[in-house]
Amino acid sequence: MAEYNSLQRSQSISKPPTAGDMLANRAFRVLTLVFTWSIVLLLAYILYKIGGRAIPAVKEYGLGMLVGTTWDVNARTFGILPEIWGTLYSSLLALILGGFFGVSIAIFLTQNFLPRILETILRSIIELLAAIPSVVYGLWGIFVLIPIIRPVADFFNTHFSWIPFFSTSLSGPGMFPAALVLSIMILPTVAAISQDAFRAIPHKITEAAYGMGTTRWEAILRVMLPTAAGGIFGALVLGLGRALGETMALAMLVGNSNQISLSVFAPANTLAALLALNFPEAGDTEISVLMFAACVLLLITLLVNMLGALIINKTGIKR
Amino acid sequence: MKFSSLLQAGVLCFALAGLSVPAMAETTRLTGSGASFPAPLYTTWFKDFGRVNKNIQINYQSKGSGAGVRDFQNGTVDFAASDSGMSEEQIASVKQGVQMLPMTAGEIVLAYNLKDVKELNLPREVYIDIFMGKIKNWNDPKIAAANTGTTMPDQEITVVTRADSSGTNFVFTQHLSAISPEFKEKVGFGNSVNWPSEAKMVKSPKNDGVTATITQTPGAIGYIEYGFAHMSKLPMAVLENKAGKYVAPGGEGGPAALAGAEFPENMLLWVSDPEAENAYPIVTYTWMIFSKKYNNPKKAEALQKMIAYGLGEGQKIATKAGYIELPAAVVEKVKTAARNIQ
Repeated sequence: MAEYNSLQRSQSISKPPTAGDMLANRAFRVLTLVFTWSIVLLLAYILYKIGGRAIPAVKEYGLGMLVGTTWDVNARTFGILPEIWGTLYSSLLALILGGFFGVSIAIFLTQNFLPRILETILRSIIELLAAIPSVVYGLWGIFVLIPIIRPVADFFNTHFSWIPFFSTSLSGPGMFPAALVLSIMILPTVAAISQDAFRAIPHKITEAAYGMGTTRWEAILRVMLPTAAGGIFGALVLGLGRALGETMALAMLVGNSNQISLSVFAPANTLAALLALNFPEAGDTEISVLMFAACVLLLITLLVNMLGALIINKTGIKR
Repeated sequence: MKFSSLLQAGVLCFALAGLSVPAMAETTRLTGSGASFPAPLYTTWFKDFGRVNKNIQINYQSKGSGAGVRDFQNGTVDFAASDSGMSEEQIASVKQGVQMLPMTAGEIVLAYNLKDVKELNLPREVYIDIFMGKIKNWNDPKIAAANTGTTMPDQEITVVTRADSSGTNFVFTQHLSAISPEFKEKVGFGNSVNWPSEAKMVKSPKNDGVTATITQTPGAIGYIEYGFAHMSKLPMAVLENKAGKYVAPGGEGGPAALAGAEFPENMLLWVSDPEAENAYPIVTYTWMIFSKKYNNPKKAEALQKMIAYGLGEGQKIATKAGYIELPAAVVEKVKTAARNIQ
């Protein structure tokens, strides 16, 4: 009996696919196709819905909203230039900080500076940062970060106030604490993808570099970094995408004040924070205006991603 | 194996849910949503009320006055709560008719963060100027003049306002507009207003956000509800009222401000600048909003019970929770108006 069973099994290896297999195969293909297209359709539907509700605002305020600087619901004046500026400025600052530390961490964790086990532990801890909810970051920013950076900010303000970046004193919430928290939030994304980029470098290249007599740092900075540049750039673009859309932590930390200032200690506002704080109580006109602002945010994110793809294409580096 | 046990658990859950349906059938469920300002009090009320009336279950979501009114207009809730009532336009959109009832009242305080200043007197023109960004330092002579005996520090004033749209905003800006024509013209009043854009003016979301920002920022001042300042032990400014007297929040000033006011037909009354000599200047009623006609008589009956509880037992809890007990005359008027709800 046992012999018969094993015979059955050995035969089944080279059997042609049964009707059931064929059906399962086809069903799987159809299913994947449906899911892929439903993502595209979902995006189109979201765009259609948001765009549709934004139309009254577009008709009434038009492009003037993009250059207006006042947001006054009672006077029905809506301008989102300070928010656009704040969104770009905070994301850029976060990208500079988060990008620098993210790539440094990636180098540190992939270039045999540490024993394997420590590398793994550190990597998990950094990836854990991505699991912390935005609100917790916001609270941490208010209660821990701001008191810590206040003396530093005061120092820069008193001694270097002639530099426009430090021209105002920090009142608490403001651009700098917001950008700092934002940079920590994008750190796991940047670090994880940059690590992959470094790991993907063929071992031959490393060996060739050392073979030519480079020191460790020459190898890392002159050979590894340029080779991984495509992947690192991809990591930065993804990080920037996350920074642009981040909402709750920023709403709590940025100060939500409609002003355009180069000073990193001044309060500012971002599109995502504006949306989150004004939606719950918005009237019909305001909802339409907010939808318009949402479209602008979507467009900015899209442009940034396209620009990223374009730069990668132009410079000929592959992700 | 794992999957099948999961499935079993799921089936069990469904079965249990199915079983519990007949048991719940006698319970009348009421849902409400709206203002976050009286939410702590309402939640306590509903919990206590549910303990006595086991067959009535009230669920209240504090999402903000505007959102509550919208839910009510869409018919998704049985009642709403709002710090700014409902506008004529909004009332007209509800077919069954609208009955607003003031259920409790509260004070809005100016909480501040100054290490060595235990008591702070603010004359009316000073707090207007602070919130218009004109007085920028705590050692301003106008502040010093009202606080002889206290040395005011040489520190910049950080003004904290609400970033989101809210009933608290409405009440506070309405008060400022009532006492200063200039404020009314330049900033105006509403659920969200256009505060001046200054480097030292920041906005934070919700009462908790403003409270946290004041706590963390030396030299900050901001407006929050009494309960929040009381809970977080923030010092509160003593304000000059219409009669020229300085009154501290949290004491007899609140009930004094409410006394003697005449309610109009729709029960919507603003006390934007109370006249009484010992009145605290920034007080407000807050309303629950009901339909005049409910299709389900059981719901109307349950709501009546809830209103009666709120006006009776509920008022005693109010003072303890940091709200103002309604004056007896007002309670009588509200009881009469509540008869319109059927």
